[in-house]
Amino acid sequence: MKYNSYRSEKIAFTILFAATFLVVLPVIFIILMIIQKGYSVISWEFLFTMPAKGMREGGIWPAIVGTLYLVLGTLIFALPLGVLSAIFLTEYAKNNALTRLVKLAIINLAGVPSVVYGLFGLGIFVMFLKFGASILAGSLTLAIMVLPIIITTTKEALESVPQSFREVSLSLGTSKWETIRFSVLPYALPGILTGVILAVSRAAGETAPILFTVAAFYLPKLPESVFNQVMALPYHLYVLSTQVPNVDIRLRYGTALVLLMLVLSLNLMAIVVRAKFRKKKKW
Amino acid sequence: MSLKNFKEALIEKIIFLSGIASIILVILIFIFLAKEGLSLFKSVHLGDFLLGRRWHPISEPPQFGVLPLILGSLFVTLGAAVISVPMGIASAIYIAEVAPPRMKEILKSGIELLAAIPSVVLGFIGMTTLVPFVKHHLNLPTGLTAFSGSVMLAFMAMPTIVSIAEDALTAVPQKYKEAALALGATRWQAIHRVILRAASSGIVAAVMLGIGRVVGETMAVMMITGNAVRMPTSLFQPVRTLTATIAAEMGETVRGSAHYHALFAIGIVLFVITFVINLIADWAVHRKLK
Amino acid sequence: MVEGQIKIAANNLEIWFGQIHALKSLSIAIHEKEILGVIGPANSGKSTFLRSLNRFNDLDPHFRFQGSLRLGGKNIYKDIPVGELRKRVGMVFALPVPLPLSIFENVVYGPRRHGIKQKSVLEGIVEKTLQEAYLWEEVKDRLHISAMKLSGGQQQRLCLARTLAVEPEVILYDEPCSGLDPISTAKIEEAMRRFRKRYTQVLVTNNTKQAARVSDRTAFFLMGEMVELDQTGRIFTFPKDQRTNDYISGRFG
Repeated sequence: MKYNSYRSEKIAFTILFAATFLVVLPVIFIILMIIQKGYSVISWEFLFTMPAKGMREGGIWPAIVGTLYLVLGTLIFALPLGVLSAIFLTEYAKNNALTRLVKLAIINLAGVPSVVYGLFGLGIFVMFLKFGASILAGSLTLAIMVLPIIITTTKEALESVPQSFREVSLSLGTSKWETIRFSVLPYALPGILTGVILAVSRAAGETAPILFTVAAFYLPKLPESVFNQVMALPYHLYVLSTQVPNVDIRLRYGTALVLLMLVLSLNLMAIVVRAKFRKKKKW
Repeated sequence: MSLKNFKEALIEKIIFLSGIASIILVILIFIFLAKEGLSLFKSVHLGDFLLGRRWHPISEPPQFGVLPLILGSLFVTLGAAVISVPMGIASAIYIAEVAPPRMKEILKSGIELLAAIPSVVLGFIGMTTLVPFVKHHLNLPTGLTAFSGSVMLAFMAMPTIVSIAEDALTAVPQKYKEAALALGATRWQAIHRVILRAASSGIVAAVMLGIGRVVGETMAVMMITGNAVRMPTSLFQPVRTLTATIAAEMGETVRGSAHYHALFAIGIVLFVITFVINLIADWAVHRKLK
Repeated sequence: MVEGQIKIAANNLEIWFGQIHALKSLSIAIHEKEILGVIGPANSGKSTFLRSLNRFNDLDPHFRFQGSLRLGGKNIYKDIPVGELRKRVGMVFALPVPLPLSIFENVVYGPRRHGIKQKSVLEGIVEKTLQEAYLWEEVKDRLHISAMKLSGGQQQRLCLARTLAVEPEVILYDEPCSGLDPISTAKIEEAMRRFRKRYTQVLVTNNTKQAARVSDRTAFFLMGEMVELDQTGRIFTFPKDQRTNDYISGRFG
């Protein structure tokens, strides 16, 4: 009996390990494969020149620039709104139906499919507000999509600041906002930064929300205003892989590599910031 | 002093408005989907839309039956769930209860990186590796099948399932585990008789959110499921999902046409499905707290 | 002892937290520049009373109250903005809570918020308050190191200096020495005695001996009621109420 139960434990743990291995191993495989097949095309020309000959030659510069603009635009809208919203939830919200509704809304925003965000962005920004397919419309759409990420991470960061800091500040006669501004936000900053990085990484990698709101199929020039369309890395990879026949496969891998490295380095940065923050926390 | 009070009051107003922005956004999303989507039903019956077996938006007259698309999504989702739910829960158990601390950190980072890989990259990798593999080894005319999509999506649902289930397992009070061990149970017995049961609500939430992720996934699915609009009968055929239909066809529609409205109507269907899934997950999480 | 002017007056003060009736029909007058000791077992309402004086109970969403509470004759809920009230009524907490800033920045946190920007003025405040809190000699050469590096006793004196820096009229102490070593405790008690001429002080303490050592008058709280209030010398030697006697003698063994 005893012997059997230990043997079944051994079998069970082996199966659990195998399952975990099967989840994590392909990640390494994918990353290594993209690096191996993509690095040979990475060059100054590939990164910093315009695509040419229907994207079959030349570089991906406008897609990189486009993605940077979109990410920047996303942050401009999502960061203040997300941080203020988290401040509302942790510092102001009472335990009532409205707060419950806000939380439910955030959960639902996090669950809305990315392509539905694309539809929404098309309906409200491109058509209704007449921004057209543009950096502005795309950034706003992405901003709404990453809002839940910024709210949740900021909220966690604010909650990790000890209540006693707030009490000390209030006891010295400062107002509620001064207390938040000077005794809470500074100590939540690394946590908020983690959220920002994750949001940037998400915005940089998403394709579906930008399909109808900003992304240009082939546009070998840089944008001049926020009402211009741009190319973007993830959409460019999609186009190269499915819409353009007879492309040198290495161009596809190269594009995938640039996108993957951008996104993964952002995520590694988030992991490092978070680890440092936890270690350094003195209270 | 009064300037300071004014500033303070203004800031609090802004904070409050930002706080309820999420509610406003959810409502706006619904309004805009409805505004563009519901006008389809002036010319098409709701029943014909949901249960129609033909999706021929550009034939004359057009047919807007989304049943094949719903079934396409369903096939791919079920396939993905069959793979990802047991593997995801198993990984969560391993990470939460079995793995040594260092290993745990490495595995968690690995899962986090998986979550970070953009879906278009996974779609691309699926096209270049999984699709030929499926075609060759299963002896199919094409590797662009529901099955390929399921495998890829299972992979993409994994981070959601693993991380949320792992949180739920870690949240089980240590005393439960210790009580089981004190009664002479092995670690494995403690895990599957006590801990899994105590964490069951959180695991349900993890599975629901994972499925929500799968239903809504667009790019990878569009790139590897073949996109054939027909009533699916097997996992080993090309299928077309709800999400892929929107993504693939919106670019070519005439704004304001019936086709355009029909794609928004599909958006409503997706929004409602994910809304319900999230409600269930939220309900499961709050049941746990009691 | 001659009774001074009344600084704080509570009249039929009732406090609830949800269903819990934390303070029952309290009427008390705290005199200008006295040290009032407040003793009593846990959950006797003594901290609730203390925190009502700077409206800190308001931070609890379940807080409700009735009755009136006046500072210098003015209703603290109606006539004094809460920020100004807390500036005038400072508080030292049970555990030292330095903010993760330098010693200097901890002290000037309040003055900076209240609009003092000149460096020389801030430096003056730091030196003056740290001296009053008996910490200056220990830290004067390293004002810009993190306050987290100080010992617990030093941190608590820093917190006292930080409270003094906003120039309060009243100082509330919520078991200020509960976790401190005897030397730091002695220094804080010494500071309190020195402050007698300048501030009105209310000291809530679990340590009856501390109340006996420091306070002019002492109040004994039990189960949300003030049982007895008298000159410290009298309440510890001839308590009028049996319950006071039991508590004090229990403590004195």
